[in-house]
Amino acid sequence: MNPTKLRLIMLGLILLLFLLGFAFPNPHPHFWWQKIPVFDIFFGFFGSILIIVLAKWIGHKWLLKDKDYYDHD
Amino acid sequence: MLSSTIFLHPASYFIIGAFLLPLFSRVKIAQKVIILIVPLLAFWQIHALPESFGVCHLMGFELTFGRVDKLTYVFLHVFTLMALIGAVYCLHVKETGHHIAAFLYVAGSLGTTLAGDYLTIFIFWELMAFASVFLIWYRKKKRSIEAGYRYLLVHTAGGLILLAGIFLRYQNCHDLTFDRILVEGATTADYLIMVGFMLNAAVPPIHAWLPDAYPEATVCGAVFMCAFTTKTAVYVLARAFPGFEMLAIMGAIMTLYGVGYAVIENDARRILAYHIVSQVGYMVCGIGIGTALAINGACAHAYAHILYKALLFMGVGAVLEMTGKSKLNELGGLYKRMPVALFFTVIGGIAISGFPLTSGFISKSMIIAGAGADHRVILMLMLSLAAVGTFLSVGIKLPYFIWFGKDSGVKAKEAPWNMNLAMAGAAFMCIFLGIYPEYLYRMLPFACDYHPYTAYHVSETLQILGFTGLGFYLMVKYLHPDPKSNLDVDWFYRKGSLAFMWCACKPISIANDWIGEVYRTVGLRFTMLVAKALSWFDWEGIDWAVDGSAKGVVKGGDQVRALQTGKIQQYIGGAVAALMIVLLVIVFL
Repeated sequence: MNPTKLRLIMLGLILLLFLLGFAFPNPHPHFWWQKIPVFDIFFGFFGSILIIVLAKWIGHKWLLKDKDYYDHD
Repeated sequence: MLSSTIFLHPASYFIIGAFLLPLFSRVKIAQKVIILIVPLLAFWQIHALPESFGVCHLMGFELTFGRVDKLTYVFLHVFTLMALIGAVYCLHVKETGHHIAAFLYVAGSLGTTLAGDYLTIFIFWELMAFASVFLIWYRKKKRSIEAGYRYLLVHTAGGLILLAGIFLRYQNCHDLTFDRILVEGATTADYLIMVGFMLNAAVPPIHAWLPDAYPEATVCGAVFMCAFTTKTAVYVLARAFPGFEMLAIMGAIMTLYGVGYAVIENDARRILAYHIVSQVGYMVCGIGIGTALAINGACAHAYAHILYKALLFMGVGAVLEMTGKSKLNELGGLYKRMPVALFFTVIGGIAISGFPLTSGFISKSMIIAGAGADHRVILMLMLSLAAVGTFLSVGIKLPYFIWFGKDSGVKAKEAPWNMNLAMAGAAFMCIFLGIYPEYLYRMLPFACDYHPYTAYHVSETLQILGFTGLGFYLMVKYLHPDPKSNLDVDWFYRKGSLAFMWCACKPISIANDWIGEVYRTVGLRFTMLVAKALSWFDWEGIDWAVDGSAKGVVKGGDQVRALQTGKIQQYIGGAVAALMIVLLVIVFL
């Protein structure tokens, strides 16, 4: 698939999801953020970036070791 | 009906099967029939089980081998179904021992699920640990052997904690019935039991055995293991400890802990193993919340999770079986060569992510809704965030780097028919439960009035997952798998054992030598001098006083020595003869 086509499809999907968000607000909001119509879009987007950045950061700073780390000794 | 009066304990089918298998090791076709018939029979029979059976008295204890209610039933249903799917997947495995280990492992799990008292639980609990370790060892690689030993040691430790809890409980209340424990009445004994259960549920920080061992198991062994140990633990926790706050908090932490590691992990099966930690976290959290909706959610999620996680392990296992590789950095571009495995793995991936029309959607949302309904805001947000991470790492990252991404040029062809058939079965169940959730909801322990398919819920899920996908697309260059290994809390015992060995070899050994030397030079001479002096006094002084009897005994001893032959058989024979004479004397006099 060529990149322009892929980007167009993705743009269409993004618009569709925004439309969905406005079309179906939460009928019984328990908490304040559930009253914001497209809150879930931001939750998904920033949540995924947060997880990637945090996990990779901790990984590179601390957790990732040589693949034979336990075999050396 | 016949089936309502004649039944066997479901575990006994598997135990009998395990004994029959080696008898047919030369007749492979008969063996295959047994491998398929046993789980089929068990699956068919669970409907016929009475509420209570197999009660027996042993040394003053009442053992209950069978107790069936709705909570038991839903787990039995999925365990036997999974045993069947696993049996189909493993059908091509040639080693009889592998099948025996899998059968005994399933038997342990079913036995635990049906047990009505702690002693019975303990017996089957240990059977599960000891049978499953062979599913790791059968991989026969150095890493697997070592991982197997660690797995066994950790589970033995967990079993001992459980046993300590059982003993204490018996001392406290002389009652070993396995039933719900109330938060207010919980004692140290109950908490020890809970820790024993939590170890098998892989609750951090006692979870590291899981991502350590499962990726080193055989391809088929991992499919069995991912289903039974942790979910049996979920069952016992749901039975005994609903409403314990600690479980709610630990469960929510688990969901994010597993996801975080899955993002940085390189080995495909280790990614899935960390996602067991994450997904079991949902169940543990639901149990901790303890409301009817949350516990229903935990059970539904266990059911759905067993099937899609096994499907994922089967898909990735098929790649490992055909290419010998499971590291993401060594794979890529397999979509032309293994499209069937790709198709099924993606179904598993969207199911674990909770896409609408899949089993994850109808089960995971129940737990999150349970947290929301109980106004547990932070738990709810943590669980929702973990769902984002799940789609990110298993829904997209895993298939992307195995089947797409950079073409690795790895040669591969499709997996054997039985593997694909098993995957098709599991994939069917993932979609079937998503389309027809009432099938699962009817089996849940509490009456269920939950409707997942509302317009808002579907749109909410699509928004979250859609924009997670966008996040992946934008960040994909940072997500490239690093060919590294991750530190986890198994570091403490893997490096700790080295420290122990070093201590044993160096300081303790040196100190031992030094003390030995001091003893030889100082202690020994002194002791010998004292001994000589005492000996002289004894020989010459005391013996003279008691009219030379010692000299007489020595003389007698010299004469007896002549009778000694130095042959151990004759000594044993002599001892036995002497014993017989003593017995005869006792009996007849």
